[in-house]
Amino acid sequence: MLNTNLKRVLGLALLAFTPSALFAQDIAIHAGELHTVSGTVISNAVVLVQGGKITALGKAGEIQIPEGIARAQAAVVTPGLVDAHTVVGIAGYLNQDGDQDQLERSEALQPELRAIDAYNARERLVSWVRSFGVTTMHTGHGPGAVISGQTMIVKTVGDTVDQAVMVPQAMIAGTLGGESLWGDSKPGTRGKAAAMLRELLVQGQTYSAKREKGEDGFETNLRLEAVADLLQGKTPLLLTCNRHQDIATALRIAREFKLRLVLDGAADAHLLIDQIKAAGVPVVLHPSMRRAQGDAENLSMETAGRLDAAGIPIAIQSGFESYVPKTRVILFEAAIAAAHGMPRDRALRSITLGAAELLGIAERVGSIDVGKDGDFALYDGDPFEYTSHCVGTIIDGKLVSTKER
Amino acid sequence: MFRPSPLHFALALCVLASPALAQETPIAFSGARLLPINGAEIASGTLLVQGGKILAVGPVDQVSLPAGTTVIDASGKVLMPGLVDTHSHLGGGGAADRSAPIQPDVSVFDAIDVRDAGFQRAQAGGITTANVMPGSGHLMSGQTAYIKFRDKNTIEEWVIRDEAGKPMGGMKMANGTNSRRAAPFPGTRGKSAALVREQYIKAQAYRDKIERAAGDPEKMPERDLGMEALVEVLAGTRIVHHHTHRHDDIITVLRLSKEFGFRVVLHHVSEAWKVTAEIAAAGVPCSLILIDSPGGKLEAVDVGYKAGGMLEKAGALVAFHTDDPITDSRLFFRSAALAVRAGMSRAGALRALTQNAAEMMDLGQRIGSLEVGKDADFILLDGDPLSVYSKVQETWIDGVRVFDRSDPQDRLWAVGGLGAGQSRVLNVCCDRGEEN
Repeated sequence: MLNTNLKRVLGLALLAFTPSALFAQDIAIHAGELHTVSGTVISNAVVLVQGGKITALGKAGEIQIPEGIARAQAAVVTPGLVDAHTVVGIAGYLNQDGDQDQLERSEALQPELRAIDAYNARERLVSWVRSFGVTTMHTGHGPGAVISGQTMIVKTVGDTVDQAVMVPQAMIAGTLGGESLWGDSKPGTRGKAAAMLRELLVQGQTYSAKREKGEDGFETNLRLEAVADLLQGKTPLLLTCNRHQDIATALRIAREFKLRLVLDGAADAHLLIDQIKAAGVPVVLHPSMRRAQGDAENLSMETAGRLDAAGIPIAIQSGFESYVPKTRVILFEAAIAAAHGMPRDRALRSITLGAAELLGIAERVGSIDVGKDGDFALYDGDPFEYTSHCVGTIIDGKLVSTKER
Repeated sequence: MFRPSPLHFALALCVLASPALAQETPIAFSGARLLPINGAEIASGTLLVQGGKILAVGPVDQVSLPAGTTVIDASGKVLMPGLVDTHSHLGGGGAADRSAPIQPDVSVFDAIDVRDAGFQRAQAGGITTANVMPGSGHLMSGQTAYIKFRDKNTIEEWVIRDEAGKPMGGMKMANGTNSRRAAPFPGTRGKSAALVREQYIKAQAYRDKIERAAGDPEKMPERDLGMEALVEVLAGTRIVHHHTHRHDDIITVLRLSKEFGFRVVLHHVSEAWKVTAEIAAAGVPCSLILIDSPGGKLEAVDVGYKAGGMLEKAGALVAFHTDDPITDSRLFFRSAALAVRAGMSRAGALRALTQNAAEMMDLGQRIGSLEVGKDADFILLDGDPLSVYSKVQETWIDGVRVFDRSDPQDRLWAVGGLGAGQSRVLNVCCDRGEEN
């Protein structure tokens, strides 16, 4: 796709950035191929970012580039990648007790746990995934408890969570099936897990009604505040479930309580395409390279393509890893989907605009359109090819990663 | 997976007699882009195989075909040797138990489940031979097994045998943190090395007694199965496959190897890139794993994609491994491709997946390249082996096709789906209709 000479030139172009350019929020990006995702691929294109927002894009020569503005160029430019579900920043790369905050096992139901209280903006894995083009992450409490806590949406920049955060409370995360069944303690079975979840939701209904009435002596209950938000549709329920019977249970409970459900993992989703579609539920699909073990033993590398073709809104996630690799990279996971029946443009969409829509942040990120945030990933060839490189990542018009990866 | 055909039915009659007779009719794959590994790429070549061996390899117009040859049109395909995985845990076989940190008498050979669906996935990934190992939770967790992923019913038929008919394998060792735990296991690196030294000194004494006995049964030491395996290690006929990550642990392995003269292959070697000169100077091969992100354990915080290229430049012998289930055997090419992404040469990466790996198991004369006289282990792909979009279409071992992507059952193992994780029924050949 790209000859070595051009690669070398592009590499140098990035290295030529002066320190002041690193902090500029105005930048002109020249792309051999500009994948807007919302529209067509534009060859020999220029995108202009001013004040951190995209202000113009089009064919090179048609766009007036202001004097003295910072510049970047690459063979292929895509929107910054959006990881639809990860635990990066909550779970650290060392994988020691002290840096694993994605799962609190003291109780099975803890919707009050907030992701913003646990996010380490300086975690090495944040800059790692950023160096492959990831600019936005939906991260937070992970799978492993019936309700493990809240999630949030961040940009992969900032020294503090406040600088990184886009949406402080995005979803409530939970799990049905394998990892949430703790065996020796509650819940020990699938039936018990579902009963516990229902009981929490019923308590939430009572609480929510009292909160609406505003009676005297009403006591705030943080746990039920979060449940009330779920019941009122303010936050979606992100349920990790891989076995088909667990997916069916998730759909059933969501129907019963009129919840906004997002299916997560969903290894067996290929067995329930009609039901998921009929329920109008989006899927944050397991990584394409997830190990085919346990509840996920029936997963298929072709599921992303099949769900997408069926018209189910999907995004591909990096997920949670308990060992090595400590995190997956959505770029690689989408590549495997693209190699297994998903059209390349749709695979790219599943880690950009598709993910942004699913997360409710498509007004700001996910595609290259005027008015959106200046977030981009720069590649020296087909982003999905094993031997291509990410040569730069731009967030809000700032070049935040320059390492060739 | 096996797909019955008239040829296969005929073969079933003789298959148990000798693997060498596995395939009598010469088969020629013609018109493929051949990557022989030990030789230049051939744009349009023919591979001729018979009796499980390679009879000829060369440009289409230079290979003459014996009468009765079955000719398969392989134009548009890439044909290369089957991949060799130097480190796999497929088959779920452990070896040593928790009773002691050093157990050279125990072998994974006695524990491999040949019906593990993982082997089918590995065939789909183009892997034909692997070093199946016990885990890394011991200083010495036992003997490893060099096996081919044949569609046969028992491990006896899978294992590779030496000229004397003895199953081949290495010895698994580990240092660093995985093998540290409560006594009798070591609690520190110093203790780990001390325990290993003690064991090798014991083995040297055992070997010396055997040598002094000079064949006299009266003077022979009492049989000790663990010592017998370690005598093979000292003699260089059983290679040590050593799990090691950190730069200082790598140097410790080199030191022990030099001290006792055992042959060793370094495995994982996360920080190899910090000590490339030392590794190359010692002449010790490295088998690398490529992991998508650093960390996950303290020893892997500095793992990266660049080690392959750096070791190659330093002159060390490099291979890769899946460590399946750590990485998926269906995606073994990905490891080599990521190494190329980070600077390794393309030719070096393909050689690492085949010939180099074979050499690390003393199998370099038998497998790893398309050369006359070598085993007919090869794969056909629909595109460049280092492209994410390419797929292995067929995998052949000893001249017998074991994976065919156009077969729905094989395809299920290749991509996944309902039932793909279940162990398979292996009664190959004629009674397949009676499965389930």
